[in-house]
Amino acid sequence: MKISYNWIKEYLDLNVSPADLAEKIERTSVEVDDVVKPSDGLKKIVVGHVLSIEMHPDSDHLHICQVDVGEDEPLQIVCGAPNIDKGQRVIVALPGSRIAGNVKIKKSKMRGVPSAGMICALQEIGFSDDVVPKEYADGIYVLPADATPGDDVYDYLGMNDSLIDLDVTPNRGDMLSLNGTLHDLAAIYDRPVTLDQVDLKEAGHAIEGQLAVHVDADLAPQYRMRLVKQVKLAPSPMWLQVRLWNAGYRPINNVVDITNYIMLKYGQPLHAFDYDKFAGQDVYVRTAKAGEKLTTLDEGEHDLDPQDIVIADDKAPIALAGVMGGLSTAISDETVTVAIESAVFEHDHIRKAAQRHHLHTDASQRFERGVNQAGVQEALDAAAQMMNELAAGEVQLGSVVGSANIPDPAVITITLGHINAVLGTDLDLTKVTHILESLGFDVASEGETLTVTVPVRRNDIHIPADLLEEISRIYGYDELPTTLPTGRMTMGTLTSAQKLMRATRHSLEGLGLNQAISYALTTEDKAKMFLMQDSETTQLAWPMSVDHAVLRMNVVTGLLDDIAYNSARKVKDVALYEQGRVFYREDGTDRPNEQEHIAGAITGTLMPAGWNQPAQEVDFYQIKGIVEAYLKDMAVNGDVTYEANTDMPEMHPGRTADILVHGHRIGFMGQVHPTIAKQFKIGATYVFELNLQAIIDMPKQENQYDVISRYPAITRDIAMLVADDVTNEQIVALIEKRGGAFLQSVKLFDVYDGVKVPKGKKSLAYTLTYQDKNETLVDDAVTQAFEKVEKRLQDDLGAEIR
Amino acid sequence: MSLKDKLSELHQRGLAEIQKSSDLKDVNQVRVSLLGKKGPITEVLRGMRDLDAEERPKVGAFANEIRDDLTAALTKRREELENAVLNARLANEKIDVTLPGTPVAKGEPHVIQQIIDQIEDLFLGMGYQVLSGPEVEEDKYNFEMMNLPKNHPARDMQDTFYITKEILMRTQTSPMQARTLEKHDFSQGPLKMISPGVVYRRDTDDPTHSHQFHQVEGLVIDKHVTMADLKGTLQVLAHELFGDKFDVRLRPSYFPFTEPSVEADITCFNCGGKGCGVCKNTGWIEVLGAGMVHPNVLKMAGVDPDVYGGFAFGVGPDRFAMLKYGVDDIRNFYLNDVRFLTQFTKKG
Repeated sequence: MKISYNWIKEYLDLNVSPADLAEKIERTSVEVDDVVKPSDGLKKIVVGHVLSIEMHPDSDHLHICQVDVGEDEPLQIVCGAPNIDKGQRVIVALPGSRIAGNVKIKKSKMRGVPSAGMICALQEIGFSDDVVPKEYADGIYVLPADATPGDDVYDYLGMNDSLIDLDVTPNRGDMLSLNGTLHDLAAIYDRPVTLDQVDLKEAGHAIEGQLAVHVDADLAPQYRMRLVKQVKLAPSPMWLQVRLWNAGYRPINNVVDITNYIMLKYGQPLHAFDYDKFAGQDVYVRTAKAGEKLTTLDEGEHDLDPQDIVIADDKAPIALAGVMGGLSTAISDETVTVAIESAVFEHDHIRKAAQRHHLHTDASQRFERGVNQAGVQEALDAAAQMMNELAAGEVQLGSVVGSANIPDPAVITITLGHINAVLGTDLDLTKVTHILESLGFDVASEGETLTVTVPVRRNDIHIPADLLEEISRIYGYDELPTTLPTGRMTMGTLTSAQKLMRATRHSLEGLGLNQAISYALTTEDKAKMFLMQDSETTQLAWPMSVDHAVLRMNVVTGLLDDIAYNSARKVKDVALYEQGRVFYREDGTDRPNEQEHIAGAITGTLMPAGWNQPAQEVDFYQIKGIVEAYLKDMAVNGDVTYEANTDMPEMHPGRTADILVHGHRIGFMGQVHPTIAKQFKIGATYVFELNLQAIIDMPKQENQYDVISRYPAITRDIAMLVADDVTNEQIVALIEKRGGAFLQSVKLFDVYDGVKVPKGKKSLAYTLTYQDKNETLVDDAVTQAFEKVEKRLQDDLGAEIR
Repeated sequence: MSLKDKLSELHQRGLAEIQKSSDLKDVNQVRVSLLGKKGPITEVLRGMRDLDAEERPKVGAFANEIRDDLTAALTKRREELENAVLNARLANEKIDVTLPGTPVAKGEPHVIQQIIDQIEDLFLGMGYQVLSGPEVEEDKYNFEMMNLPKNHPARDMQDTFYITKEILMRTQTSPMQARTLEKHDFSQGPLKMISPGVVYRRDTDDPTHSHQFHQVEGLVIDKHVTMADLKGTLQVLAHELFGDKFDVRLRPSYFPFTEPSVEADITCFNCGGKGCGVCKNTGWIEVLGAGMVHPNVLKMAGVDPDVYGGFAFGVGPDRFAMLKYGVDDIRNFYLNDVRFLTQFTKKG
């Protein structure tokens, strides 16, 4: 809501600049979006009196005007506006002036005729199209006849006012009005405020014989109408038009403008009907019936919903209650009898109707947040009074009231001790009482207990905590002390799971992978890839796009998306890991289980190439090294083994392994299937994904000290030819099993399956290290053990020792 | 010529030869030729048996003196030559120390992770627990128990990714307030927790909106927790993340689950509070929402609001990172361009 600084000053004696006022409002009540003075940036724009006009000799629409701008000689200005006429007071941008958009106006020639300046439309001096009166929408604006030539136009048009745009939070519906804002400012600045009193003159006949209302009080807790006859429709006086356009409303005619003005002033939305267009003399407030339709003021056609509240006459709906009036009973140039409606509608119905019909109006916004239920009649009377004063209307005797359920004011008890205990302050009773009273609340105190009666207009205040907010914000948050919680000690420690997750990240970063955070919402297709267990997908009911519609069941595809993003930008070497959740859902349940996973992906080279180090493309064994080192860091207790997996559809069938701990599968790794890589538009990529929750849950080895032997170790190398299908794991297992008591380690140092070995065979070479912890080993003991191993390799695996 | 004179002459000649030797091989030859069994000194000493018994020890001592001196001279010369050889080799081994070091593989934590870790460590130090909750939440915890009943305007459908009517992607980390309040045993001490995590909103991704982002919830509930404590806690947080020079100010706001509700601004880091484009000339930047926990939230979680109370706050690490580093597009955090990820390398 845009609120006028000048309007506020009419009621409150404030000696502060608009900027300071805005700052104070922001610090104490609601956010301020901005403060605008419409004349800012404009220069040398004055009132002109059109002395004469003649047609331009070379144009069928340009006029040559002689314009008095308060100087000795009139200015000659060429003007193309269709509504220019002799005798008008107009807006003149003098030579050297600046108009909207910082455009500079200079002397010029138009089709050969000199033109000293420009006669302006309101839009040209910064008015929004939305607020320019319709009759001036396509031409220049005509000022009142008493405007003095040569004066700046700004004051005539209200452009020296400052407009403070309030971003009102949902709880502060009261701030959507001048009066509500004045009440808050009165407390903030600790000044008294006196609001206008209605002084209504009634005439004519009693309303009862002319209009009756039939109201469902559940839908409209209050519904009141007045009838004004013999209204003379005309443009509103200038001051009223200024108020409206400065608040963002287009002046239309006096009757409609009055309803908008009253809404701005009191916060109470009103509606003016053309009474003579009613079918009958009865008005009903009810829900819509099946099949009913309504054309609203904006000419929108709506199929009404049985949950919509409508205002209806004997035949049909005539308004969508609290949202927008109907076209059939709208005020028009022929209107002479006006029925004014002032009501309270049930907010939930209004909110849903506004959503359903995509009509979020200023009226619906106020009904959703709640209007001042104690001021419904006052706003109605004020509107009637203005129609009498500004449109010469005859306000009929009395109002018709269909419902009048005004809630009782909230009465809240609070103690001074509680206030200070929660705020951390040391306020005394006088101070607290004064703050509450300055807000217009009634306070009765007994000892340290305050009984506070809250005016109905503050419908956001019900409980002691609400009063605490009022007291603290008016007292000032800057005045609060700055302390830290005291009380009983608590330990701040990470759980072992949290420590492991941190260790996981540090480990993988140490191994060269960058942490990625990808989207957990993905496509159905990607969600189902690289599955580590059977699961149903979990879909969003109303996704924003198919790209983010299904919860991921793997982390790898997010990383592949990241690689694709990099590779599309010519970043070829990418090494990423991500720690995050996957979402597995069982059939028949709505809510998926969330499982922590850890995944990595590498494409290009991990180790950056340098002048002394050639680039080495990532391969299976590099990513396996990372997985091995990571699992070693996590110290899982149990043998980690790797088994070829030829069955994962998204993985290379010959370059994929399951990762097992103690025979239990916790993940997979290997090369992404080239078809899938192509689908993602990426090159050869190696990935792994592990069930991090399983790693968290597994027993761990503790670090322990192992004495380093003082006695020398003896090494023996063994090279052998074996069949292609004999694995390293089989050989190492056999050597370890049969190696004897002194065998310390087995290390593969060469693999060869080139032309020098027979087809179907490969050559492997290992170094075996022997050591005794207690004495120096004798050669014979080693030889004996070594020969035993050689024999078992030959017998069990058909190895040919070389 | 007396023996002594002979020895003197040998001495002088030997020193000259040592000095003349130009490499280690030479030095060795000189040593053999002077001091060897067939060398001149041994020869001279053989003539001692012709001397008087009185003279013999004197000449013997003199001969030993000469032998020691020559040995020392030889050692010195050898060391000189060895050093020369070494220095020549080292001179040869000179490299260009300005060539770049051999690259190593090095990964970086995500910038948002860094901020979350920083916040966690700060609050761990103040005795808070770190808790994490489900990303797929029940309507009950995400909204209802946070004092947002079904028809509340602040939970319009378009902001939330629903899965079913009752199940949704959490829109905030606040449901962890309800979840921990329900479980906490206050006889064991106050509740002090933070809860970082991913949250989701039904938004179209653009430079300032992301359908996925992060939040860190904070909650302290005890018998005597004040709004002044909240102010102090937020000040500590701002100092930790941005530096000691930053001030915090509170402004009234509205959240259904706190009363009073505030937004916290910090001094604009761009202009230091003078006013600039970043802070829209206010000198302040809004960074988080907070407040005193609404009695309804406590009540619904089974905590007596007449006995217990406290504060809650919610901070956005994405927003913090954008402010702290001037990141102009939130999507950078989730697209994982390596050139972006590797910019935030400062440790500690």
